[in-house]
Parts: sequence; C-alpha cells; structure tokens
Amino acid sequence: MDHNHIIIESVDFSHGERRIFDRISLNVPRGKIVGIMGPSGTGKTTLLRLIGGQIKPERGNIQVDEHRIPDLSRAELFEVRKSMGMLFQTGALFTDLSAFDNVAFPLRVHTDLPEEMIRDLVLIKLQSVGLRGASKLFPNELSGGMNRRVALARAIALDPKLIMYDEPFAGLDPIAMGVVVQLIKTLNRVFGMTSIIVSHDIHETASIADLIYVISDGKVIGSGAPEELFKQDAPRIQQFVKGLPDGPVPFHYPAPDFREELLSRDKNNFSFFR
Amino acid sequence: MLSSIRNLGQFCLDLLAVFGRAGNIWIQAIWRRPRLANAPLLIRQIYQLGVLSVVITVLSGFSIGAVLALQGYNQLVKYGSESALGLGVALVLVMEIGPVVSALLFAGRAGSAVTAEIGLMKATEQLSSMEMIGVDPLQRIVAPRLWAGFIVMPILALMFSVVGIWGSSLIGVEWLGVYEGAFWASMQEGVDFYNHVLKGIVKSVVFGLVVTWIAVYQGYETLPTSEGIAASTTRTVVYSSVAVLVLDFFLTLMMFNF
Repeated sequence: MDHNHIIIESVDFSHGERRIFDRISLNVPRGKIVGIMGPSGTGKTTLLRLIGGQIKPERGNIQVDEHRIPDLSRAELFEVRKSMGMLFQTGALFTDLSAFDNVAFPLRVHTDLPEEMIRDLVLIKLQSVGLRGASKLFPNELSGGMNRRVALARAIALDPKLIMYDEPFAGLDPIAMGVVVQLIKTLNRVFGMTSIIVSHDIHETASIADLIYVISDGKVIGSGAPEELFKQDAPRIQQFVKGLPDGPVPFHYPAPDFREELLSRDKNNFSFFR
Repeated sequence: MLSSIRNLGQFCLDLLAVFGRAGNIWIQAIWRRPRLANAPLLIRQIYQLGVLSVVITVLSGFSIGAVLALQGYNQLVKYGSESALGLGVALVLVMEIGPVVSALLFAGRAGSAVTAEIGLMKATEQLSSMEMIGVDPLQRIVAPRLWAGFIVMPILALMFSVVGIWGSSLIGVEWLGVYEGAFWASMQEGVDFYNHVLKGIVKSVVFGLVVTWIAVYQGYETLPTSEGIAASTTRTVVYSSVAVLVLDFFLTLMMFNF
C-alpha cells in the first residue's frame, strides 16, 4: 500500500477573482495526524472541500488512495466519500434528527445492519465522545461544543480511513478542547485513521500532529514535524508561530492608505438604508 | 448601443445557465430509479406539502364556490336561466379556477416552505455534510419533494373543485332557491370527464411539477445568508405564481381546441 494517503499536485483554485491556491502541492502520509495551519482566509477549509470533491480545482490533481478526485463522476465520488469522514466547523448536524439518529444516519443509509446492532454501534460512538446521555436530545438542545462532539461521533460512525477536521478547537471551552484533542489522538492511534486538522490553534495542533503544513498566499510556506517547524527561522513562519500582529503576512486586508482615506471626502460608503 | 447588446447577450446566457442548472437538478433527482427505502421520506413530504395544505385549500375552495354561485345567480336570473348555475360553476371550477387557484395557494403555502427549508439546510452546511457522508442530497432531499408536489397537486385541485361545487350548491340551492334537480342535472349532462375533468387534472399535474421545481431550485441555489434565503423564498412565490398563470394560458390554448 502506498505511503501517502493523499497526494495534492500543483493545484490551482480561484474564488471569483481571488486566487486561493497557486500551484499548491502537499502529501498526507497514511495513518498520521497532519495539521494544516495558516492565517484565516488562506483557504484551509477550501482545501478540505477540494479533497472531498465538493469543489473542483482549475488545474492539478488530487489523489486519495488510488482515486483521482477531480476526474470522478458524481456517483463514484459518493462511493469514495464513504471512506472519508468530515467534521464541519459548525457540526452541521441534521436539525430534524436527534443526536442518536444523526449518528445512526450513515449506518442506516450505507449498511444493512439490523437495528439492534446499529443501536449498539451508535451508543458506542456516543460513549466515546461522552454524550451517550444526550442521545435523545435534538441539535437545538445541545451547546455548540456538544454539537461538534455529536458531529464527530457521526463522522466516525462508518470507521473511515480518512477523517478531516475543520477547526475542531474553535470556540470550545478548555475542558471540551482537551477532550477533543484526546479524542483525535485516540482515534488516530487506535483505529489508524489518517487525520487532517485544519486549525489556527497552534499549541493544540502542535501537541498531537505528526506533520504540519503552514499555508499562506496560496502556497505551502513551511512544513515539518512541529518541533522542527518552530525552529525554522523563515520570518513568515516565525510570525505565525509567535502570533505577531504584523510582518511579512499582513494583518490588514489590502486597502488604500489609511490617512488618505480618512481625509478624503469619498462618499462611496454612504448608504441610504441605514 | 454596443453595451446594451452585450448586456442583452449576457442576460440571455445567464438565463440559459439558470435553465441548465435547474434542469440538471431535476434530472439528477427524478431520473434515477426511485428506491423503496426512500418511501418514508416521500410519505413525509406528502404530509408536509399536501396534508398540511388541505385546510387552506378547502376554505378557499368553499369561498370561491360560494362567490361564484352568488355572482352567477345574479346574472343568470336576468335571463331566467338560473338552472344552468350548477353547470357554469362546475365547468369554471374544474377547468380553470380549481387547478389555477389551488396551485397559487400551494406555491404560497408549500413552495415557500420548501425553499426556506432547503435554503436553511444549505446555509447551515447540512447539505454539504450529507454529501460528505456519501448521500446525494438531490436524491434524499430534493427528489421526495419533487415527487410529492407531483402527486399532491392534482389531489388538492380536485378537492378544491369538489368543495367549491358543494359551496355553490349550498348558496345556490339552499339559500337562493335554484331548483335542486336542475342544478345537479345540468352539471351531470354538461360536464364531461375526458373533455373537462381530465384536462383540469393534466393542468394541475403540470402546475405541481413547475411550482415544486421552482421551489426546490430556489432553495438549492440560494445564497446562504439570511437575505439570500428571504430573497429566494420571495422569488419562489413570485415566479411560480407567474409561471402558473402563463402556463395556464398556453395549456388552455393547446388542450381546448382553439
């Protein structure tokens, strides 16, 4: 079996006029935890969507196992996705189903298991995220962090070979954060799931990742094991790792000169409907 | 001059693209073999779109039937032909008002709900997460709604007409004193199943398809923000109402031998 689970080769992608990826290439080794980091707006989530085939690149190849994702038909894509799990930033639970039914959903549509077995499996998954007691609650009765944990249980329901986490730590309290960090690690070690974490929480990601890619301006600007990466003295990486407000990676969205804009009598921002 | 031609061209291209995307959604959802496992989803949608629209349809049908009887009687009685009231009301209801008005009500009651529901699912990433689980939302979310609209609309239209006729008989026969035998006999003689009732049903099937198609497309292609969903919901009601009225003209032209 190939060493790399995912191979991304010189992929171009633009969102309207804005160029998100400019010939980006990176590999995700099988069975490892890979962190994808970078300032917000650099297209980290877009990268996950490209891997999942929800959007197509303008150029380049994305290979997951032996499948070339951009070349797959709609039906083939749905087949391949059965071996992928994805945790969305908001959880994205189905609001018309209870926590139990949300986790049972992938099992019911993709397997022929009898209902008793599905029940046991769902309870095991919910137990592993600590929410077996909340199985009867609906998404609107769960907090944001609980929503995400139920979504994690749903993402691992089919024991995927690959799991992608979109900002799994954002907005969690310290306890829940620690739990999620442990969970990601355990799932990876016990089940050997290849895990991709998209995040800008440096310390949490670095504590569990085997390999980190830092993305900025549509390119990989640095990669390596966490301790190696922190030692690299490229200014862009140091700025990101240390959390400096301004440096080679600009904090400000491109704009005309601040002083000139304040002094100018430009009425472009006038809005009739205030 | 040149720019207006360019704008016109762009408009036509955009319009074609809309029809292309809408057609694609429709074919992806409908064309594949419906699966037995999805039957509960269909039944649920028939309930959501159909059963929940029954009250508004029945109330409107009754009111319109009653008003037709009042106005019709006023005119017919001048010529002493009030016994034709039953025939007139039944024909108008079965061929035109039943299918058209029930479709307009359906667009407002059920179409807007479908758009808002699918739009909100898109905004909260539920459609995306369903795709990533490996389930096609076109099959699971869109197809049952399209089929339900197709099944439910003719039933609602028939219900509308039947209640309307009953309402007109209450007003015409019981209140205004039209001779009961003549009221029903003229209807029995004049209304033909193939020429009138069936053509009305064909109309309502087409309306059901078009209204749910517009609703589903607007929801699926909505801009995932609160303004986007509001705008799509409004567009669903406006576009489907206009589509129903325009299509009614052409269907009448085609089916009733002009």
